Amino acid sequence: MSVPTTQRPTGTETATGRLGDITLLPDGIPKVTGDFAYSSDLWMDDMLWGVTLRSPHPRARVRSIDIGAALATAGVTAVLTHEDVPGSKYYGLEIADQPVLAVDEVRYTGEPVAIVAADHPETARRAAAKIVVDYEVLDPITDSRAAMSPDSPLVHATPTQDHYPGGGNILRHVRIRRGDPTLTADVVVTGEYDVGMQDQAFLGPESGLAVPAEDGGVDLFIATQWLHVDQRQVAESLGLPEDKVRLSLAGVGGAFGAREDVSMQIHACLLALRTNKPIKMVYSREESFYGHVHRHPATMRYEHGANRDGTLVYVKCEVVLDGGAYASSSPAVVSNAASFAVGPYNCDNVLIDGYILYTNNPPCGAMRGFGAVQVCFGHESQMDKLAAALGIDPVELRIHNAMAEGSLMPTGQVVEGAAPVAELLRRVKDAPLPAAAPTDSYDLRALPGGVSNTTHGEGVRRGVGYAVGFKNVGYSEGFDDFSTARVRLEVVGGELVATVHTAAAEVGQGLITVMAQIARTELGVEQVINQPADTSIGTAGSTSASRQTYCTGGAVQAACEAVRDGILAMASARGLSVEGAALRDGKIVAADGAAVASVADLLGEEIVEETREFHHRPTEPLTRDLGAPGDIGQGAAHLQFAFAAHRVVADVDVELGLVRLVEVTTAQDVGKALNPLSVVGQIQGGTTQGIGLALMEEIQVKDGKIRNPSFTDYLIPTILDTPPMQVQVLELGDPHAPYGLRGVGEPPTISSTPAVVSALRAATGRPLTRVPVRPEHITGT
Amino acid sequence: MTGRPTSSHITLRVNGAARQLDVDNRTTLLDALREHLGLAGAKKGCDHGQCGACTVLLDGRRANACLLFAVAVQHVAITTIEGLADNGTLHPMQHAFVEFDGFQCGYCTPGQICSSVAMLDEVAAGWPSAVTGDVAATEIVLDAAEIRERMSGNICRCGAYLNIVAAIQEVAP
Ligand code: FES
Ligand code: FES
Repeated sequence: MSVPTTQRPTGTETATGRLGDITLLPDGIPKVTGDFAYSSDLWMDDMLWGVTLRSPHPRARVRSIDIGAALATAGVTAVLTHEDVPGSKYYGLEIADQPVLAVDEVRYTGEPVAIVAADHPETARRAAAKIVVDYEVLDPITDSRAAMSPDSPLVHATPTQDHYPGGGNILRHVRIRRGDPTLTADVVVTGEYDVGMQDQAFLGPESGLAVPAEDGGVDLFIATQWLHVDQRQVAESLGLPEDKVRLSLAGVGGAFGAREDVSMQIHACLLALRTNKPIKMVYSREESFYGHVHRHPATMRYEHGANRDGTLVYVKCEVVLDGGAYASSSPAVVSNAASFAVGPYNCDNVLIDGYILYTNNPPCGAMRGFGAVQVCFGHESQMDKLAAALGIDPVELRIHNAMAEGSLMPTGQVVEGAAPVAELLRRVKDAPLPAAAPTDSYDLRALPGGVSNTTHGEGVRRGVGYAVGFKNVGYSEGFDDFSTARVRLEVVGGELVATVHTAAAEVGQGLITVMAQIARTELGVEQVINQPADTSIGTAGSTSASRQTYCTGGAVQAACEAVRDGILAMASARGLSVEGAALRDGKIVAADGAAVASVADLLGEEIVEETREFHHRPTEPLTRDLGAPGDIGQGAAHLQFAFAAHRVVADVDVELGLVRLVEVTTAQDVGKALNPLSVVGQIQGGTTQGIGLALMEEIQVKDGKIRNPSFTDYLIPTILDTPPMQVQVLELGDPHAPYGLRGVGEPPTISSTPAVVSALRAATGRPLTRVPVRPEHITGT
Repeated sequence: MTGRPTSSHITLRVNGAARQLDVDNRTTLLDALREHLGLAGAKKGCDHGQCGACTVLLDGRRANACLLFAVAVQHVAITTIEGLADNGTLHPMQHAFVEFDGFQCGYCTPGQICSSVAMLDEVAAGWPSAVTGDVAATEIVLDAAEIRERMSGNICRCGAYLNIVAAIQEVAP
């Protein structure tokens, strides 16, 4: 196999630290010296550049494609269309409904139509512009509620949703019914809420390098979240067996869900096999906005009924998510939205309908928080509204209804293990508040709007808001998202060394650090090497759903235990008594603490290597509506739940619509913090992305076209927008999970958005039913 | 147009070495570094001057390499992230970013570090910022508000900002 010249092993350096220690990242040094090779940094001297021609229309029939002029351009080596896709012309994470290259119709603006390889990216771009596509432009279907109508034209003429029967453009309809939905209550509040389309906006764009191999296969160096799911889709479209499509993880510049779907993977491999040259593809920032799925925009209708004392009697919710042109992970996102629609509260009577629609808008899929983010804005807005209607403190109302261990989900699932909703809320409420804003002499620099000297703070009001949220860890509804790890223990140059190999994608969350901590702890070694992730080992599942430390951590633990058992068996075969012994500090240590033998001496030249899979407890699909009486949409669909709460303090200029966050306080139960440093980093980063959704982040789509595909027009929080944070980490331990841990990455993104809006409502007295909140919503103008 | 050369043979002084290269006149400094000189440390996050990932130092001052033409910066000393460490010893700012966990994916990090190194020099030189209380003062107190203001041109999507502030505070005199 040829290896690109700048491809360096990523994160194989060793560090120190056992489980629970504050542990610096082993990939830290190459990341601060510029040596860490991201997917966009890969280089081979004889490589060509690939570019993509995309549809300018959200919906059009493709009558013909003329590649003649493009192919005749000097420096161009190949121009490919759907006719050149040798295997499956469609791909997809759950449903293969997305064309590798448009076949007879384009369904969203930016859909790939043709690809070009040339000796320079500019040559390739100019050649792509010479491809003549004859489109018959059609009226796009862009309103998700209108798309639900039986009269709506279809986005997909042949519906692909047979295993999620919905009909028409409905990709999936999740119904949840429990208890008596016909009840009435003392106090009823209704509300309609909207969430805009958020972008993951990872800083390192989609990119990779495909290298043709001598065996007719291809080696792909790629930034992704799940090597094996890419491998399957690439192999199917190339018409090759999976062992001829080998993937290695290149450095990943952030992911947040946007690297779950294939982007340029199949295209680069097609071009590499056609040209027999390495192909590099790197999306520009603008192309990146078209090149990956986004967070689903949502419209929600809620009705909450409660007794005078605040006890929830019933909750009704209808949530409509715009899935855009292709399925991506939409079926799972709408399942989450429905499951978590009530929030972490007890309520015996629920009526929930989650719909996800095909439209001609940009495809939507996974983003951190995955379906729970949208409904958390809905249910938390409702809890604030209900508290106001009842005259009860909003935090007390939440605590009064808070889910706890043993509570039932709307799906009838029993919540097992700690569910510290009330405690998280109390903690953020009881945390010290920042100093009050001065009321007389304002320091301009501390005002919303800062030194632009627009006012002297006459219109500034301070608001405090709260929210709590939760979501599932791991894949749900019966999916066995297992992970695989291989661990080797040997003596190298007189030193005991453990090598850990998985296919799990490190995307910045700190997984390789945790894997090394586990090996150090379980095997009593200092030196741990993380072998680069690739498909030469079994799948690790996706780096998503806050699941990697749980699943791949579990696999590494299991493989370490098997290695330890191998060592102990060796010792035992040599007549040593190892009953109940462990490995510590390079020695076999008996149950009474006495050192039995040195592991290095015992091993000598031998190597102990074990591979293990970790399968979590099975989950169940939700029962479907089969016309039978009784509760529906029921089942223990989720593996584990993770909870977080936020308090936000904001200064708002109610005349100018400007916001300055003063402070954010978070409390989260992580079960067990394997690396406290990364746990806090995840909580801060996740909270910041939630702040972005609350205040600024929205892809503006008009008539099926993205209007703001740049960092000038799509705003993400800068260091100035990110306030000081108090972070409280609880470690309540989940008895079912490896080391008692709970997934960390997503919960902080979920509740921070509604907490910000709650603070703005407190400051302005306005309903604020849509995120991101715009200045005109604050001023009411 | 005719007769005018569209490419140039230029010399760039990068990390203490004179490097000769042939570039299309429209080549940015960022592409020249990454694609001609094999220095991929400066990152491309937007290519439009919006994210700061490509920040390098020109005679010690920070600049977005994606907004400069390579042919136009032959007269200055260019320092990239690869040139900050001194013979294998990390620059104190590099060390502080590791120590304070000032990144997650690390894609913004070369830009953040170059930017913060030059920013400390700007403060030492007495340059006020938009949040400096007394713009006439010769000594600037580099508190968290000053750091935030002065680092607001470097986006970190992973949201490692609070640790970036802490890392810079550690190195600031
Ligand atoms: S790449 Fe230069 S500022 Fe973003
Ligand atoms: S560390 Fe990922 S963008 Fe800053």
